Amino acid sequence: MMETTAEDLNRVEKKNLFASGHRACGGCGQALAARLVADAAGENTIACVATGCLEIFSSPYPDPSWRIPFLHSLFENVSAVASGVEAAYKALKKGPVNIIAQGGDGSTADIGFQSISGMFERGHNVLYVCYDNEAYMNTGVQRSSFTPYGAKTTTTPMGNRTRKKNLPILAADHGIPYVATATVDDYRDLQRKVKTALSILGPKYLHILAPCPLGWGHAGDLTVHICRLAKATGLFPVFEIVNGKVTNVLKIPNKKPVEEYLRLQGRYRHLFQKGEPSGMVAEIQEIANQNIERFNL
Amino acid sequence: MLKYLEGSHAVSQVVAMCRPNVISAYPITPQTHIVEDLARLVGEGQLDAEFINVESEFSAASVVLGAAAAGARAYTTTTSQGLLLMNEVIYCIAGMRLPIVLTCANRAISAPLNIWNDQQDSMTVRDAGWIQLHAEDNQEAADLHIQAFKIAEQTSLPIMVCMDGFILTHAFEPVDIPEQKEVDAFLPSFKPQHIVDPRWPRALGLYADPRFYMEVRYILHRALEKSENVIRQVSADFAQAFGRESGGLIKTYKLEDADLVIVTMGSVAGTVKDLIDELEREGKNVGLLQICSFRPFPKQEVYRALKTKMNIVVLEKSVSLGRGGILASDIRWSFPRGEQKGRIISSYIAGLGGRNISTESLREMVARVEKEPVELAFLGLNQEIIAERDL
Amino acid sequence: MIEIRIHGRGGQGNVAAAELLANAAFKDGKFAQAFPSFGAERIGAPVQAFVRIDDKKIRTREEVRQPGYLIVQDQYLIDSVPVLDGLKPDGLVIINAPQCPEDLQLKTTATVETIPATEIALEIVGRPIPNAIMIGAFCAITGLVSLEAVQRAIREKFPGKVGENNVAALERAHEIIRKRKGEPPC
Repeated sequence: MMETTAEDLNRVEKKNLFASGHRACGGCGQALAARLVADAAGENTIACVATGCLEIFSSPYPDPSWRIPFLHSLFENVSAVASGVEAAYKALKKGPVNIIAQGGDGSTADIGFQSISGMFERGHNVLYVCYDNEAYMNTGVQRSSFTPYGAKTTTTPMGNRTRKKNLPILAADHGIPYVATATVDDYRDLQRKVKTALSILGPKYLHILAPCPLGWGHAGDLTVHICRLAKATGLFPVFEIVNGKVTNVLKIPNKKPVEEYLRLQGRYRHLFQKGEPSGMVAEIQEIANQNIERFNL
Repeated sequence: MLKYLEGSHAVSQVVAMCRPNVISAYPITPQTHIVEDLARLVGEGQLDAEFINVESEFSAASVVLGAAAAGARAYTTTTSQGLLLMNEVIYCIAGMRLPIVLTCANRAISAPLNIWNDQQDSMTVRDAGWIQLHAEDNQEAADLHIQAFKIAEQTSLPIMVCMDGFILTHAFEPVDIPEQKEVDAFLPSFKPQHIVDPRWPRALGLYADPRFYMEVRYILHRALEKSENVIRQVSADFAQAFGRESGGLIKTYKLEDADLVIVTMGSVAGTVKDLIDELEREGKNVGLLQICSFRPFPKQEVYRALKTKMNIVVLEKSVSLGRGGILASDIRWSFPRGEQKGRIISSYIAGLGGRNISTESLREMVARVEKEPVELAFLGLNQEIIAERDL
Repeated sequence: MIEIRIHGRGGQGNVAAAELLANAAFKDGKFAQAFPSFGAERIGAPVQAFVRIDDKKIRTREEVRQPGYLIVQDQYLIDSVPVLDGLKPDGLVIINAPQCPEDLQLKTTATVETIPATEIALEIVGRPIPNAIMIGAFCAITGLVSLEAVQRAIREKFPGKVGENNVAALERAHEIIRKRKGEPPC
């Protein structure tokens, strides 16, 4: 039997640019995604990260998990900060270097919306990766504009009444060259999209569905399964938008009813009082149907 | 009724009883439990208000601005980074004389990021024209909100009720939550003066050129000064109606015979009182002056209280970087020129970023200021971390 | 003034434990204060919570540095967190552990008690949240808070089945300790 030596461990460990030993919850979708993104991007990368779960669990003083340069400022400005880093590299004629701005719901679609829109509109050579866990998880599961219709959060205790904001389409409508959606269960697809994005000049947007077991109310070992159902129901369409044209759509040969996905999560438990689905479940099914039609899933 | 609950929930329940019409909410630790509880009260139909989950604190402040301008009783809460983000709107609200009530769950400010308690955040807007009241415990935090709506609407000034984040917001202790009818009797419905309404067209938020701007600011300054009387009166009315003292401009504890006076604000006053009692048993006479209304700064009350006191130490959870203690500056300024000679006013910065303020460290502070004046000191610094830097 | 410090990991109901103990003391007619010392919401991170109980109003806000009582909800914390720091020499520490106190070999002059809280929780509550059991043990050992008050506090905080299960777990722990007092050491 071959013994694993310290050397072996070092060799394996050095491959991960986002090191283990960070403080994420067990089963965290975002931690998995961050590691996949960093490894796909490679060493020649600067990670600009917004305030949120990822930043908190990966960068407490004095033990950050990042083996690539890491820059954190505030919650709402990661896109503007990344724009600044990009501008500096341009002005100083340094690089080329991968600049990846990373954030969750808030820094992408709410408090940071102004900043991301500006970055896209001005055409900075930055990849923005959004880890979508569908609420403000770091502060204790409050709703965001990515919270899906019907989901319970602490600030929508009766179930969220608004529709999920469609950032991928909004991003594309800024005229940026590359947009993609992905999920943490399909790591090959996710990493391919990171590499594709980084090979293109200009602003890029990658939207990753990253389940949060604590906030969504499911066991940590169901993260992958939940991702698969999110796709199979049509609730999370997977596609790329290259120069404004939707392409590489992940078709769903065996569509699953949304109920199968919803029943697995505590944040939708209120939709099944006494075991029977409420009217909202039908409305959520309608949303899935609209996605299926729109993207020809 | 005496309830056993978390500070945040004491505040949310009392705020709900003040019948706000519009609440805007953006979550930020450690205020989250307040907005979550209000969301629940609205969702369950216990509070009839428009509850708006906004996309940022800047919008949270802007929403209550618009709501108040349209005649609604409006409320929001924030802290730290959120308050800083609202900065521009905070000044605007005061300039527009809108009687908004905001809970500031005092927290440290970035960088570096720190979610724990200190009072640097509310200090950043001390010049904005808001009344700032500091709560000592959760009972006072709850009571101050009832008083705040009344003071704000009487003076047409916005009010920030400051309570130490985590230390008070997340502490469970007994709080007497009044009955709805008691609050209704104390707090009449909001009767706004100048609002946007087609029935009485008015323009709000005009620009003022050099001919007018200065007078508007002077009027605002005087309004804050005069609000001291209202703050005092409402506190007295509250004591009458609810049977307990809370709020007002200042409070004192064992000040009369004190040889040394500790001046402070907020929850640490409780720890100081325990220390004062311990020191008294050891034969030392130390007293406390608690500032409840930080803005308007009750200069005359402070002067009256400290007139005969020659050794004073100001203990605060904030600092003006490059200058020193902020409360200390205000206290030093409270004495007329002629009466500063021979008087020692030491300045201690403590508890930044949630650093625990122990009775032990306060004893060290007392021992030191008894012997010598301290221009500026940071309590309990970890010398190991500082040692390697060329300071 | 009685000062209690609770150690555990996020997700074990440490803050709830503090709240329940303090609420129970309040129901017993005492003054009580409970507050946490923790950071961002995260399962598994070490958490502390503090409780003070007194016959008069509690004014101090400092963290409990010299507890008379320690409740340790996760025995594996002992290796990485200095849980015993400041414990009064004649104090009491109750640890969630299946072993006997002697087997833990703790370096302290304080009294050490153990109870297999996780096992009991899994059996009665169905989840590995030990807090109700730890509180039950605390009540039985110290008598500082009445069992009846804790039962009421639990039912208030957790209505329905969850509350009932936790009350059952609380009572089981209480019973175990009371029986133990009559038995020879293990």
